[in-house]
Amino acid sequence: MKSRTDLLRAAAFWATAFLLAPGTLSSAKAGTAVGEVFPDLGKFQLEGALPKTAGKVVLVDFWASWCGPCRKSFPVYDQLTKTYGPKGFVVVAVSVDEDPDAYRKFLAKHKPGFATVLDASQALAKKVQPATMPTSFLIDRKGRVRFIHAGFHGKKTQAAYEKEIAALLAES
Amino acid sequence: MKRKSPLCSPKADPSPPPRDLRLRFLALGLLASGLSACQTVQPWERAFLADYTMRPDRDPLAQAMTEHLYFSREAAYGGEGVGGGGCGCN
Repeated sequence: MKSRTDLLRAAAFWATAFLLAPGTLSSAKAGTAVGEVFPDLGKFQLEGALPKTAGKVVLVDFWASWCGPCRKSFPVYDQLTKTYGPKGFVVVAVSVDEDPDAYRKFLAKHKPGFATVLDASQALAKKVQPATMPTSFLIDRKGRVRFIHAGFHGKKTQAAYEKEIAALLAES
Repeated sequence: MKRKSPLCSPKADPSPPPRDLRLRFLALGLLASGLSACQTVQPWERAFLADYTMRPDRDPLAQAMTEHLYFSREAAYGGEGVGGGGCGCN
């Protein structure tokens, strides 16, 4: 019977459409990938003072006060700043907290030894699309993203950072 | 005068087939697609999901009781997943 086949075909079409729709929508995102120039931080109305990043190796880290692994990453960034800061390395930790109080409380408690800014409107996060919390972008002296770390996995991530930062600093 | 219901009459015509089944299906599909409202919560938007109150294991007593219930009443036990909220970090 022809109408029945039509009906089945239509049902199959809609079922597929429903299954594919969310995937198609989410795959259409832009984000910043390795090899691309990182957006200019000065254009995003971030709360807090931005350090000088021109000609330096920069680690832009996306974090939030509500994110557990982010908390663990802070002492590591402190140490990296101490070790590589004098050689031309700088950390910019961008908080995506929508609640400024949570952001300030976190800073008061942890007192990071590197620059932190607040992206309360999440405009920068929407532009860069960090894959998870935390996600860090390691940028070379020319402003190009060279490494992206999604998540923080303790000593493993720390070792990778040290190796990569040393290599990027060695470039001119 | 009492009229015989068309449903009971053996001679009653069957209800006419829909004019265009395909068109109807299309309309139904469009309507249903309007109802589907799935959205991915982006990693930077999970502040409320990461909240303590969103943890299924926030109350140790309730947790112990639930576990006991499952243990004593159900053959399927364990595999309740990992602790923590909906931060989805790392």
